[in-house]
Order: sequence, then C-alpha cells, then structure tokens
Amino acid sequence: MANLKELKARISSVKSTQRITSAMKMVAAAKLRKAQDMAEAARPYAERIERMLGSLAAGASSSGAPAMLTGTGKDDTHLLVIVTSDRGLCGGFNGSIIRAVRRRIIELQADGKTVKLLIIGRKGVGLLRREFRDLFVEVYEELAKPIPTFEGAATVADKVTTMFEAGEFDVCTVYYNKFVSALTQVVTPLQLIPFAVPEGEEEQPTVGGAQAIYEFEPEEEKILAALLPKNLSTQIYRAMLESFAGEQGARMTAMDNATRNAGDMINSLSITYNRTRQAQITKELIEIISGAEAL
Amino acid sequence: MAEKVAFDLVSPEKLLLSEEVEMVVLPGVEGDIGVLPGHAPVITQIRMGTICVFENGQVVKRLFVDGGFAEVMPERCTVLAEQATSLEDIETSAVEQHIKDLRDELSLADSAHERAALETAIAVENGKLEAVNHPVY
Repeated sequence: MANLKELKARISSVKSTQRITSAMKMVAAAKLRKAQDMAEAARPYAERIERMLGSLAAGASSSGAPAMLTGTGKDDTHLLVIVTSDRGLCGGFNGSIIRAVRRRIIELQADGKTVKLLIIGRKGVGLLRREFRDLFVEVYEELAKPIPTFEGAATVADKVTTMFEAGEFDVCTVYYNKFVSALTQVVTPLQLIPFAVPEGEEEQPTVGGAQAIYEFEPEEEKILAALLPKNLSTQIYRAMLESFAGEQGARMTAMDNATRNAGDMINSLSITYNRTRQAQITKELIEIISGAEAL
Repeated sequence: MAEKVAFDLVSPEKLLLSEEVEMVVLPGVEGDIGVLPGHAPVITQIRMGTICVFENGQVVKRLFVDGGFAEVMPERCTVLAEQATSLEDIETSAVEQHIKDLRDELSLADSAHERAALETAIAVENGKLEAVNHPVY
C-alpha cells in the first residue's frame, strides 16, 4: 500500500496542475471572445470586397481577365496554404488539419500533381516536417502573435502573389480550421486561385428596380488586377482569424476536460489517502489493544 | 440639400466610420471624385491622399488613406482602405521620426523584398506629411 506521504505529494501536484489548466481555460475563454469580436469586425470589409469583386468579375471580359481570376488553365502544381496554431495544448486542433492535409497531399501526388506547401504556425511546421520537408516553400512562425493582424496576412498574400506571377503554381488552396463553436472546428479548404466567385443570393445594388450598372475608373481589368491581391490578403486574414478563434475554442475545451480529469483524479486519490490513513489507525489500535490484552 | 450620402470607411480590421454626410470627396486614381446624393454607380480605385467630408459646404473631416477602393451608389459611398487616419490625429514630429527610423532600417535591409516594403512604408509616411502640410480644399 502506498504510503501517506507519497499520496499527499501526488494530490498536491495534481492540484497545482488543475490550477494551471483552469487558468489556461479562463485565458482561452477571454481570447476566444476577443477573436470572435475581431472576426465580427473584419466582416464588413470582406463582404464589400467580395461584392465588388462579384460585380467586377461578372462584367470583365473573359479574354482580358487576369489569370488570378480565371486560373492558368492547368492544374499541375498545387500550392496548399496551411493555417495552424503556434502553440500546443489545444486538443486535436492541429492534428485534424494535418490529417486532412496529409490525405490531400497523397491524393494529389497519386494523380501525378506537384504539391507545394506554405505553412502558417509553428505546430504545422513541426508536424509536417518529417514527412514533407522537401515540399515546403515558405514557413511563417509566430505570425499571429499575439493576435492575427492584417499586415501578417498581407505578407503571406504577397508571397503567394509573387509566386503566382512567377508561374510557380496553378491552383492555390487554403486549409484552415473554421470556427463553428467552442467545441467544434471544421477543417475547411478554400480555393483562392483561381478565385471562385461565391455562389448564392448575391445582394445586387439596384437603381429604380433595375440592376445597377457600375462605371469603372480606371478600366475594369485594372481595378480587378489591383483588387484580386487585396482579396487574397482578405481571405487569408479571414482564414487566420477563423483559425485563431478555433484554436482558442479548442484550447478552452481541452483545458476544461483537463481540469475535470484532474478533479476526478484528486477525488480518487483522496479516497485512497483516507482509506490508507484509516487502515493505519485501525492497525495501530489493534496493536495497542492486543498489547493491553496480553498483559 | 436634405438628402444625405451614407458614407462608410472600412479597413480590414474594422469599420472605421459610418455616418450620413452631405458630400465626400475621394482621391480617385484618375482625379478627385465628389460624391453627392444620387451619384451614378461607380467602382474606383483610390490613390494615397485625403478624403474630405463636407457638411453645409464646409470641410468637417479630413481622413488620410494609403489607397484602396471605393464603391459609389446613389445613396451610399463605401471606401475600402488598409490604413486610414484622421488628419487631426497625425503629429508631424512623430511622423518625421518614424520616417527617420524607417530610413535607418532601409539602410540596413538586405533583401530586395524587405527594401520594397520599407520604401512603401516611407512613401505612406511622406504622404501623411504632404496631406498635413498641404491640405486640399
């Protein structure tokens, strides 16, 4: 039977672990709220740029449209932008995205395509390095520290644009964890190049019931050429924000579980501790009584 | 005029300004555009410069933007800009100091990419100074 001193030490160590996990849970909850606010604040820009792009893309002649919109006409080389977290202790957050990416890479390679990887976040780098080191083209660590910024997203977008203009890839897809709730994050692929105009009910501006025909200054193609890289940054920024919110949610859930597990453990250890103590007292009593009887 | 234009200034990180105004003047790449209620729908690119907000025929607000896009509709005007600051909030000395710092960094920068980024930043800061020292309208 474990001795009392050892048990006491275990209990106090589990208790301090529990204190840390519950503090981390609080921090994650606060950050999650912030992340949600940020995602909310970023929405107007993203919506408007998308709407502008939608009306521009509809009007642009197919021949003169920039390659970023229509694609290069091939799909031989795929660039995957993978958004992961910089820090661990967030449950299956990074694991699930890496699993999805790995499956996709193997699938693409089986089809004879070339795959290139651009990774955001330290955890993704660590998890993919062993298998796919030679596919890495660029790695961004601690880009979203302490919070994701548009500047950071723009850096990534710049790199993607430069690579695209140099003809280094044909299709670009972002993989990120989309925030659904604190409990669930969904791995979402989002194709950036060629740009897929979002389908669905587009709110078209109307003038007296008829559809508005915009004038463009300068020409549509020129605006489009300037707008597309901006849109790229916006989409990457959005992915980073979603991923950030997801990370905080995942960490909150993971830490909540850890806190609960620590609680269970403390309970069962306390029971063992009390039983052991009781047994020891009983033993001592028996010794005293049988000693007294022997006299 | 009783009618107003709903003017929105949006940056990627948040909605900076949203109000009803009489007129806005935008620094378009092909010349300034004055937007009054009932303007024809236009999508335009904006150069670095100052957006002026008019009320009762007077400029009431000047905002510096580092470029962007604007969508004009008869009853609203939306500007998308990455950086926007009210001219009143720009302190010349701070900007000058910033330019000096950036220049120092530029002399140390070795990659062409880094240099280009710094040069753009310096151009933006210079644009701020220009906007403060020579206000339009």
